[in-house]
Amino acid sequence: MELDNSIQVEQLVRDFKALRAVDGIDLHVDPGEIYGFLGPNGAGKSTTVLMLTTLLPPTSGTARVAGHDVVHEGPKVRAAIGAALQEAALDPLLTGRDHLRLQATLQGIPKTERRSRCQELLDRVGLTDAADRKVRGYSGGMKRRLDLALALVHRPRIVFLDEPTTGLDIQRRTALWNEVARLARDEGVTVFLTTQYLEEADVLADRVGIIDHGHIVAEGTPAALKAEIGRPSVHATPTADNEAGRIATVLGRFGEPVAGATRDIAVRLNDGTAGLAEVVRALDSEGLVVANLELQQPTLDDVFLAKTGRSLEGAGEEEEEVEPAGAQRR
Amino acid sequence: MSVALASQVGAVARRSVTRTVRQPASAIPPLIFPVALMAVNAGGLKASTLLPGFPTHSFLAFALAVPFIQGALFSTMNAGTDLARDIQTGFLNRLSLTSMRGSALLTGQLAGIVALGLVQAMFYVSVGLVTGVDFHSGAAGIVVLLAFAGVVSLGFGALGCFMALRTGSGESIQGLFPMLFVFLFISSMNTPRNLIGVGWFRWAATANPVSYLIECVRSLIITGWDGQALALGFGVAAVIAVVSLALSVWALQQRLAR
Repeated sequence: MELDNSIQVEQLVRDFKALRAVDGIDLHVDPGEIYGFLGPNGAGKSTTVLMLTTLLPPTSGTARVAGHDVVHEGPKVRAAIGAALQEAALDPLLTGRDHLRLQATLQGIPKTERRSRCQELLDRVGLTDAADRKVRGYSGGMKRRLDLALALVHRPRIVFLDEPTTGLDIQRRTALWNEVARLARDEGVTVFLTTQYLEEADVLADRVGIIDHGHIVAEGTPAALKAEIGRPSVHATPTADNEAGRIATVLGRFGEPVAGATRDIAVRLNDGTAGLAEVVRALDSEGLVVANLELQQPTLDDVFLAKTGRSLEGAGEEEEEVEPAGAQRR
Repeated sequence: MSVALASQVGAVARRSVTRTVRQPASAIPPLIFPVALMAVNAGGLKASTLLPGFPTHSFLAFALAVPFIQGALFSTMNAGTDLARDIQTGFLNRLSLTSMRGSALLTGQLAGIVALGLVQAMFYVSVGLVTGVDFHSGAAGIVVLLAFAGVVSLGFGALGCFMALRTGSGESIQGLFPMLFVFLFISSMNTPRNLIGVGWFRWAATANPVSYLIECVRSLIITGWDGQALALGFGVAAVIAVVSLALSVWALQQRLAR
């Protein structure tokens, strides 16, 4: 019998007293898929992960992970999943190898296999040299990598990664992306990945769900979501600040303004790519010289902006993720 | 106990002991502080042995019982603080996501505490032997004393776990520690109950279960085999252990209501 590696969520709700952190979300993640759950701080991403990993009971709704109900079949769900939660919960007094041994024992890995499995994972996440050092001396990146290794000890069919690359430099981030992609591609692991990074979702996820204020506001492949927005934007960088107003007036004839880099003036083109030539001619005929003129295809941030009226970058900074201090507390 | 469960309990206990060994700042005070307090008391209160009816001529032998109980109180704080830290850092979440049973977590944590309690007790026994204390119950009495220390560590350790599971805060556990210490000071730690002259204090010491724990240890050191003291001591220790364990199991179920 083929094992079910899917995630199915229907009308999932979680309230914290008067606050509704997750508000009736529906989602489906196929086996072997990398699902990117994208949203600003406080959107409900981590609360959703805590419910799907059985650490927090839903207020209402249903969720089935690996074919098992998260409320009524918690042990079966936990046996099928691995999770690296938002904060790398590690014991500063234990070494990396200690952590892996403990996790392997508690996950029921046979004694004869434990040592080789731990070493294999240490090699895979590049922590072999630091394996016998106490974790309190690890960098943030090393902790995240150990966290990932711990989530994989028992060869889970589904992995939940809650903002796994937060705080990592680009090199480490790319290495972790490669490992996550390898897991899905080579081992058929289903990956549920929350992130605030647009690029991460764009590069890694087969499909993306965008959550805001507890609601899923958009869902689909990154390409399909961006195609929904459809039109590209043109971004002009003035050579002098006093020409910004005139450039904005000219560009305004070709589409509605959108947010750009600090000095840029940007509009989403009404006529798509075809409008770019007209823009160049109009700027030229007005005698305006720009330092840079760039055509940008829609991004997931544009999708978020279109769906919520806000940019994902910086959205939610005024809000804190609603997450109970002790997640187990009911 | 199944092999898998025993393996899980062993892993959690090993972690508990490893943590303590790797932070001398938390391992050494439970050894040194009670002995230092005993030394101060033995020096200052030596004249108490001249009181008519005082059960021994050696105040050191009389006072040696106190470190055993004081060390167990440290076990409460250490067990509670460690577990509360696991809750605060999310480490308990990590453990919860494994196939480990809740009973393995509690048993393992307490096994580690009992192991450390036994090490403490052996240290106090050694201090007594080195300083010339005569254990009237002999070698067998020392074995019983170690067993008693294990039961007391289990009871107080479980109490610490209960408090940690309820509060989820290491600071709260440390805040409760002085309160537990009050129980030690209003006991018969420095004077036999029958010689306490102040009425309310004698009443408080008699009502205080810690007195019976101390008197159990003390009887093995200075009396020999006193069935009543042993029965009362083991009885009180067992009640504390059973009640604390029941509360801990309940609190763990509440916290891991998954």
